[in-house]
Amino acid sequence: MKSATTILSAQQLSIGYKSGHNGVKQIHENLAFSLHRGELTCLLGANGSGKSTLLRTLSASQPPLAGEIWLEGRNLSELSERELSRLIGVVLTDKTQTGGLTVYEMVALGRQPHTGFFGRLDHHDRQVVEEAIESVGMTHKAHSYMAQLSDGEKQKAMIAKVLAQECPLVILDEPTAFLDAVSRIETMTLLHRIAATQNKAILLSTHDIEQALVLADRLWLLRKGHGLYCGETEDLILNGDLDTLFDRRDICFDRAHGSYYPSVQWGKEIVVEAGDETLLHWTVNALNRNNYGCRIAPDGSSLALPRLTVKDAHTLTLHTATGAQGFDSFANLIGFLKKQD
Amino acid sequence: MNARPDKLREKVLIAILLLLLITLCAANLWFGSVQIPASAVWDILCGRESEKEVWRFIVLESRLPQMAAALLSGAALAVAGLLLQTVFNNPLAGPSILGIDTGASLGVALVMLFCGGSLGLTESTTLTGFTAIIAGAFAGSVVVLGTILFFSTLVKNNIMLLIVGIMVGYITSSIISLLNYFATAEGVHSYTIWGMGNFSGVTGEQLPYFALSVVVGLGIAILLIKPLNALLLGDRYAANLGVNIKLTRNLLLIVTGLLTASTTAFCGPVSFIGLAVPHIARLLLGTSNHNTLLPVTLLCGAVTTLLCNLICILPGESGILPINAITPVLGAPVIIYVIINQRKIQYFN
Repeated sequence: MKSATTILSAQQLSIGYKSGHNGVKQIHENLAFSLHRGELTCLLGANGSGKSTLLRTLSASQPPLAGEIWLEGRNLSELSERELSRLIGVVLTDKTQTGGLTVYEMVALGRQPHTGFFGRLDHHDRQVVEEAIESVGMTHKAHSYMAQLSDGEKQKAMIAKVLAQECPLVILDEPTAFLDAVSRIETMTLLHRIAATQNKAILLSTHDIEQALVLADRLWLLRKGHGLYCGETEDLILNGDLDTLFDRRDICFDRAHGSYYPSVQWGKEIVVEAGDETLLHWTVNALNRNNYGCRIAPDGSSLALPRLTVKDAHTLTLHTATGAQGFDSFANLIGFLKKQD
Repeated sequence: MNARPDKLREKVLIAILLLLLITLCAANLWFGSVQIPASAVWDILCGRESEKEVWRFIVLESRLPQMAAALLSGAALAVAGLLLQTVFNNPLAGPSILGIDTGASLGVALVMLFCGGSLGLTESTTLTGFTAIIAGAFAGSVVVLGTILFFSTLVKNNIMLLIVGIMVGYITSSIISLLNYFATAEGVHSYTIWGMGNFSGVTGEQLPYFALSVVVGLGIAILLIKPLNALLLGDRYAANLGVNIKLTRNLLLIVTGLLTASTTAFCGPVSFIGLAVPHIARLLLGTSNHNTLLPVTLLCGAVTTLLCNLICILPGESGILPINAITPVLGAPVIIYVIINQRKIQYFN
């Protein structure tokens, strides 16, 4: 079943740069992976882990140092520029000069691999362009200038361009960088939907781990010196592969919430008892930030530690050796704790 | 959904430009230091007998070549400027700013000064001399273009690249000055006259060669409209759309070199047309799409230089103004306007 939908695969791939006469800067070796139609794959990794190099190698912008990449059963290095332009579409972070084009004209540039010498659009081309604009929800802006769009809309227009290109494989380099939270979520949801509905293989690199964990059908984790780990999101999380994505002891992965947080040595300890999960989470968050390590009741209830009971967000009670004190907000509680120091 | 709802704007604009072009052509033939009635000019153009033989000579041997030279130079320089602005991803690029016409001048200077005054662009210039001058101009402009292209791989910042271009231009100018110092008085004289730039230097016999090189250059430019549009997205996007970047870039630079070099060789270095006219065209047209931008730039360039030439010949009996005294007066305000309003102008963002 899986192999039937595989569009791109590689074994024992080495990537990096050739510089000067014999200088070779190898970034990764022995990479093995495959991409499947209908799936959104997110490539995660720290800055400098080689994400961009891997994406450039996969989009045939630079050759691999060793090994072969197979795209729909053909060796990537043997495909002509024109064939490649119909198989792999890219969305980059490069600055463009398209401010003076309308969204329609810019998206129509995506038809270039299919049009003739002068790039004239026929009826079918126009239809594809219009469908592409519609599927990213930009029909109402089709005649706006690119310069008039917000960053999120610009990114949607670039995605429409790549859809108009009609490539089975789409590679995006950090499509959500520079976007605000709403546009990030919209863009990722859009890509996830396109992968499924248009049966495309979509690979994107991102630092937006939160969104990737929610929407990626498959994760690729790239670590400098360790290579690439591929798998279903949940398998990777529960196997602890995300714990070591960043080679840093002071950055921990919270498996329960799917996010990274800084690990700190707490100066003081406190016992916390809270009404529900949400209250507990944010209480611990507030205390951690203010240099308190938390023990969750009833775990440390026998110890002679201060004890905080949170019934709801406006009913907080702090029990200390000297007695109990009530607070009606976290602001007051934190103010009191700070005065104690 | 149409590609562009205001097709009408394009059509009206092109019609107006064509009308202006014809009017300015007529005005260029009509005005001059000698007063010739319009009816006589018309008769001469239609090949009929005119009252005075000297009128026939003036119109056919002086005014017509001058008008054609102005038209061709304008079209050539404006399109060269547009190509440079797209290739370098920089709206402030232009043949004179990047020192490309200075490069052409250096080539011409080398030929003129070293072969003595005999090769100056005078009435008596031989065809070989001419070919030498054009070849010199072409070689000079392509060397400068190549140098700037090389620097563009090192300097990613657009403004910095422009400054590099200006520096290259300065170095080229000083080499020309040095050449002048060592050259014969005759050579210096013909070079200086040429360097002031004017469209009246092109004779009837030279015109076909000039026209041929400009038409070839413009023809290739029109064939490159599709990759030019792709280049608006930047090199990497264009490559992903199947554009052979190296080939396209080289072709575009050769075309730019050819257009700039032929104009510079025949009419001297003409400033500001290449820089300002593409902006005028974009502002009038409201698009960066080369499908319409390139033809409109071409027309605007021809109209602008015909207008400049008309202003040059207006003093009438007291002589002709140098073209480079007029073009900056028209061109510089456009660039200042564009820079001041860049936030409001779509194609800048």
